[in-house]
Amino acid sequence: MLKLLEGPQTLGRGKVFWSSFLVVLAGALTYPLFADSYDVGNFAYFLIWIFMALGLCLMWGYGGMLSFGQTLFFGIAGYGYGVLAINMGGGTATIVALMLSVVLAMVAAGILGYFMIWGGISGIFFGIVTLSATLVLAFFLGQTAGPEWHIGSARLNGFNGMKGMDPLTVGDFFIEGSTLYYVMIALIVIVYLALRMLVNSGIGNVIVATRENPQRAEMLGYDVRKYQLLTFVIGSGLAGLSGALYTSWGQFITPSSIGLPAAAMPIIWVAFSGRSDLTATLVGSFLLLFGFQTITVYSQQAALVLMGALLLATVMLAPQGFVLGIGKFAADWWSGHRRREESPVMAEAGRLQSEET
Amino acid sequence: MSAEVFSVFYQFADVFAFLILSAAGLAIVFGMMGVINMAHGEFIMCGAYVTVGLVNLGVPLAIAQILAALTAGLIGVLVEFLVVRRFYKRPLDSLLATWGLSLIVTQSMLLIVGSAVRGIGTPEGSFAIGGYTFSTYRLVLFACAVAVLAGLYIIFMKTRFGVISRATMQNAAMAKALGARTGRIYAISFGIGTGLAGLCGALYAPTMTLIPTMGATFVVESFVTVVIGGANVLLGTAPAAVLLAIIRMALNASYGQIIGQIGMLVAVILIIRVLPEGLSSVLVRRGR
Repeated sequence: MLKLLEGPQTLGRGKVFWSSFLVVLAGALTYPLFADSYDVGNFAYFLIWIFMALGLCLMWGYGGMLSFGQTLFFGIAGYGYGVLAINMGGGTATIVALMLSVVLAMVAAGILGYFMIWGGISGIFFGIVTLSATLVLAFFLGQTAGPEWHIGSARLNGFNGMKGMDPLTVGDFFIEGSTLYYVMIALIVIVYLALRMLVNSGIGNVIVATRENPQRAEMLGYDVRKYQLLTFVIGSGLAGLSGALYTSWGQFITPSSIGLPAAAMPIIWVAFSGRSDLTATLVGSFLLLFGFQTITVYSQQAALVLMGALLLATVMLAPQGFVLGIGKFAADWWSGHRRREESPVMAEAGRLQSEET
Repeated sequence: MSAEVFSVFYQFADVFAFLILSAAGLAIVFGMMGVINMAHGEFIMCGAYVTVGLVNLGVPLAIAQILAALTAGLIGVLVEFLVVRRFYKRPLDSLLATWGLSLIVTQSMLLIVGSAVRGIGTPEGSFAIGGYTFSTYRLVLFACAVAVLAGLYIIFMKTRFGVISRATMQNAAMAKALGARTGRIYAISFGIGTGLAGLCGALYAPTMTLIPTMGATFVVESFVTVVIGGANVLLGTAPAAVLLAIIRMALNASYGQIIGQIGMLVAVILIIRVLPEGLSSVLVRRGR
């Protein structure tokens, strides 16, 4: 099993990579010891979105399915968590609410994915059908302001959003602040490593083969539709995990985290980072979230203009993604100055990228 | 009795006009170049703002609307030259590039213009049949939608430009070998597409609140119409709009706008399961 952590589908292998991975992890784990609790809460907030980015990376970068519907499943699970947590009455039940809401998002993805994938929708249309569904959900939730819109005792509250649900709780203990931060770090490590194993496994190879050439994969005897549906459900489920954690973190969710421009954000993170690799997506998304949050404090519009410009610049200048591109550049520079085996990670980045272009 | 019949027709015409006007520009660009212009909504917004700005300066509404469509068309040609041109071989990247553009435009407008602009009221005028009163402007919109379809038919079926552009649509390399300037055809088609988006914004400007994010109101309808229409835009878009308008109208009448929109989306998802290539594929097969 552990051998699958490294493989042809993921960058980074060997002692250098894993020791830097451990250094970063150790840094992340000790961070709350010397930062104040406000910053730790903010950090946890960035980490919420990483799942969504990794899910899109799996679908788009590995599976070749450009889904614009990450915020759709984010919203389904986010609202799902709220409705369940309010109706089940808080306490340890919130953990069940979290799991059920992610399952809900995956079921929704399964249904939508079935119709699209078995219908043979791919490429551009896959994007615009998922985006249409996303926008319709946002419009629908936006007009549920009246008291008649409620599920059990949970009021949907239209554009102002739903609030009043408990955060994740075990017994009497609220998972907030630095505890939430540690839960988030643990989940990211689990999801990241599990995705690495998935894409390097036999299933992952079929997913990549389908991206490269669906017909060829089908001729080799695989029912590519099942693999595509699996990819779509996992990727969307990760968006759902982000959504449920988001609602738990802030104890509110509004339709604006589903509609435009929110729906564009995961695309920008993953495109900028380099969709073809999980590690690049992890690093790049975190950097972008950090930068975006820093600018948003001054002007949200300016931050969004910048994100739009970044997307345009990525597509025009570095279609494979900037983080991967810089990795390649650094690898060339590094191997020009040192012996090659001293930087297997970066050299690998360069190799994979040149193969794909 | 005739009043009820007319009332149903009126509701149908209202939805149909909305679908055709919002989708026509997107459909032309998709049909010609295989590119989905994600900034489509922003060209609609551009048309609406130019119209309202000109009317507030004292220009008559109809002239302001024509000028707004032309403005959107010219900006479209510029955008094609600067951005879209590079992505004809990478349709998915064109999606991302135009989406980036859309974000830049919407958010800059929010920064510069602010959230709301003084609107212009819907042109007055109504007529009554039986016990019902109808707004004249809604019928004008329907007439415009039909005129757009007729205009596109004439441009693409009856003119020299139409012949060359259909040849380009079918096989760009061959058309180029025969001397067609495909680059110019693409630029003009993109301009026609964004001009139609501008026209849509101009025509609906009097009926809605002007905000920089208003484009989002139109994109779902335009997306689903193009998806259902399929690749052959000249054949597919109008039947797709008729079909969706009937579904939408029936649901709107009994359950309200938002259920109408959800129902339309569900219908689209069911239809793509059966007809992934859209209505035009069926029509093309029948025609052979």
